[in-house]
Amino acid sequence: MTESQSHDVVLVGGGGAGLRAAIAIAETNPQLSVAVVSKVYPMRSHTVSAEGGAAGVIGPDDSLDEHAYDTISGSDWLCDQDAVEAFVTEAPQELLRLEHWGCPWSREPDGRIAVRSFGGMKRMRTWFAADKTGFHLLHTLFQTTLKYDRVARYDEWFVTKLLVDDDRVQGVVAVELMSGRIATITAKAVILCTGGCGRVFPFTTNANIKTGDGMALAYRAGAPLKDMEFVQYHPTGLPFTGILITEAARAEGGWLINKDGYRYLQDYDLGKPDPKPVLRSMELGPRDRLSQAFVHEVEKGRVVETPYGPVVYLDLRHLGDRVINSKLPFVRELCLEYENIDPVTELVPVRPVVHYMMGGVHTDVSGATPIEGLYAAGEVACVSINGANRLGSNSLPECLVFGARAGRAAAEYASSAPDLGAAVLAQGRDEQRRVERELLHKTGGRERISAIREEMQQTMEQSAGIYRSGDSLAKGVDKLRELQERFRSVAVEDHSRTFNTELVAALELSNMLDVAQSILDCALRREESRGAHQRTDFPARNDDRFLAHALIYREPDGIARIEYLPVAITRWPPGQRVYGR
Amino acid sequence: MANNITLQVTRYRPEQDDEPTVQEYEVPLRKDWAVLDGLNHIKDHQDGTLSYRWSCRMGICGSCGMTVDGEPKLTCATFLTDYDPGPVRVEPLANFPLIRDLVVEIGDFLRKLPKVKPWIVRDDDMPISEGEYLQTPKQMEEYKQYSMCINCMLCYSACPVYGLDPDFIGPAAIALAQRYNLDSRDQGASDRLDLLIHPDGIWGCTFVGECTRACPKDVDPAGAIQRYKLTAAMHSVKALLFPRGAR
Amino acid sequence: MSTPTGYTEYHPRWHRTRLGTLWWLRRRSYLVFILRELSSVFVAWYVVFLLMLIHAVGQGNDAYQRFLHRAANPWMVLVNVVALIFVMFHAITWFNLAPKAMVVRLRGKRVPPAWVGASNYLAWTVVSAFVAWRVLGG
Repeated sequence: MTESQSHDVVLVGGGGAGLRAAIAIAETNPQLSVAVVSKVYPMRSHTVSAEGGAAGVIGPDDSLDEHAYDTISGSDWLCDQDAVEAFVTEAPQELLRLEHWGCPWSREPDGRIAVRSFGGMKRMRTWFAADKTGFHLLHTLFQTTLKYDRVARYDEWFVTKLLVDDDRVQGVVAVELMSGRIATITAKAVILCTGGCGRVFPFTTNANIKTGDGMALAYRAGAPLKDMEFVQYHPTGLPFTGILITEAARAEGGWLINKDGYRYLQDYDLGKPDPKPVLRSMELGPRDRLSQAFVHEVEKGRVVETPYGPVVYLDLRHLGDRVINSKLPFVRELCLEYENIDPVTELVPVRPVVHYMMGGVHTDVSGATPIEGLYAAGEVACVSINGANRLGSNSLPECLVFGARAGRAAAEYASSAPDLGAAVLAQGRDEQRRVERELLHKTGGRERISAIREEMQQTMEQSAGIYRSGDSLAKGVDKLRELQERFRSVAVEDHSRTFNTELVAALELSNMLDVAQSILDCALRREESRGAHQRTDFPARNDDRFLAHALIYREPDGIARIEYLPVAITRWPPGQRVYGR
Repeated sequence: MANNITLQVTRYRPEQDDEPTVQEYEVPLRKDWAVLDGLNHIKDHQDGTLSYRWSCRMGICGSCGMTVDGEPKLTCATFLTDYDPGPVRVEPLANFPLIRDLVVEIGDFLRKLPKVKPWIVRDDDMPISEGEYLQTPKQMEEYKQYSMCINCMLCYSACPVYGLDPDFIGPAAIALAQRYNLDSRDQGASDRLDLLIHPDGIWGCTFVGECTRACPKDVDPAGAIQRYKLTAAMHSVKALLFPRGAR
Repeated sequence: MSTPTGYTEYHPRWHRTRLGTLWWLRRRSYLVFILRELSSVFVAWYVVFLLMLIHAVGQGNDAYQRFLHRAANPWMVLVNVVALIFVMFHAITWFNLAPKAMVVRLRGKRVPPAWVGASNYLAWTVVSAFVAWRVLGG
């Protein structure tokens, strides 16, 4: 029982990037039929949990060049500077557009948009909506998409395959979770907006749904993934749950202290401690350096051991309850709820947790991948504006800027693209049969989904954590290969059609295994340390060999091929990253 | 504190079952575990066929609403130790059609939501080049509380009116309408009026107040609805006295 | 927004639990709500009773005495006691809910909800005291 639906553009994923792209398409060409296909209802997308803010140049003493420089140096010079220039120019416009759509940005007393400082930024340029920026942004976007009649939604449909024929994208195959029917949705253009893949690691701020689905879809369809080795650890996540404590807590003046009550970041070339927050210094340094500092503190034994691993403390007590209640209310709620700790009077235990994937599907400045008709935007894509390390508050505007760009590009393409061939429906039926045969109707499997998943996560943490070595990575690569093999005999106990979440878990695990493999392969090949990728056997940055992006392709035999693509440099030649001076 | 706790979980497999049944599972009772962690333990280690929704596990996405011991709760923010020694009943959200196990159909809300026009309605749109609409913190306070809704549907589950009459537009939809009505940038209050003063709109509400009690984000939908009743009533009086000028 | 194609809106296998006629017994808050709604019947009774009293007064002293005599009947007293309890319950629940419906702002700051409720009680006390004074003494 295959059916097929037909649209002009299909968006896979309905978060910040996906919804912004949908609006862009509806505004560029209202005649196009757009479908948002998401495995969850759009307001559940992980954009909702972003807290800190979104950066956009707005102050009189700020400039686009400064935002660009902060982003480029933050990325350890691995980002493409032409993309960054476009990004910093369009970011404030996108954020203003959101404001016009109703986003409740926090304000100065006179009614103008307020900005706050953020890690790695020399000026205050981070717009914020209390400390629930992502939540307000996503709900504003979602509610605004309801205005457009031509935006259809397929809520809780899980895309299993990108259909490519004739060297162009022809649509997707997706499972309607509610009923279990598997349908082909044809489209002239497809935009992937599925977010990152934090769940390949055991300890992450990411929601359960961040399983790298779009990355795997593109990878299997022949599009390259880029810079996969760069995994961002956010310095302040709660132990056990991994729940994010926003960087804004440090931007408002929070301190990171070790077990002796010492602000240890001063030992790591991040500046001298000042009672007030100093931009680009100490706790407002870039995330990769702060997470690396934590590892060193662990080695020195200056951390606190808890049943859930080593932690340091985030000290917010000196901020006072008025500041915390007005600027960080959600942080207070989370600490009280999940740690039984009131940050107004007590120290908050934190540790670095996996948070963001700098890498993703390789795209150009318009969100186009090398496959005709296939686009990507948001965390799933790698344009790259984040390079080897992303600055906080750059990813929400990234979703908006590149979501809009990809939307416009896809709309233009779809408006003039020729009609699709008939072969796509046959491909769709093949995929439907594959899913049913390999997963839904499968019996006799021996491995539990959760067992393979947990082993993959442990492997990733040990092999590709904050510090890696050739040894650990090689071991990881072998282990992943073994896990891929074992996945072929995974047991799926649930054979029903109706809302089969075990089927979803199996599909997600298969995606995660592919993505994890690509992370390890790229990390093994990059023999230098840059940004978030730190090799103990190659501790220095090597611009001669590695001022380039790693592009990983899946070959038909399943083995990966890695090529290097030089970074685009426009006006900022590579320099040293300096913080605190 | 005992080592384990029993969860009595609703099961419903429409392809085999005519009616929902209850299945008991024992899960470890850990200090930090929410009910959701218990369910994950069941799915990962005991019974992979249990279906439920969850995502962020930090109370912001609204996916994991279920009925725990008779009360609608976010299972990621409800802790097992509060129910010690148990057993704990875990059932799907009330007042919604049950699709499978703990998964309910919320499409009704998603069809109602666009009807209240939950977006900024303006007669004239300022171009982006002119910057932002000014809005003081005080102006934002007017609607801020109602903008906190995570669409978790606990209020619909708690509302007996919605349970008896599924045509009632419901607490969250009205709260979201109010969020826009009270936003100083919005000019669409009269656009939303017609739908809201319908018998299935605000006048369906009899102020039971359970929605506010159930809301995990302090949105206070009951307050939003009653305030709007005052506004709508005054509007009707004005329309009666000054038929031309009221709109 | 129009319904997207291919989106299942209704499925016969979805299970709908009927609420049942005694749904209001399931939770204490529901029971309290139903009692509150029921109390309006007793409020109506009080109004009718008061109208009958006024009518009797209007008819002259004989009619008034007959009315008092009937009102003193033990069953009537019982009914009125029960009605009194319900009417007080009605008043208290509504006064407690009043702050929800009325957001009062004085010079920019929001008046605390407790004050809005308290002002209702105050007004009730003052009016009751006045009426009692007129009826019983002065």
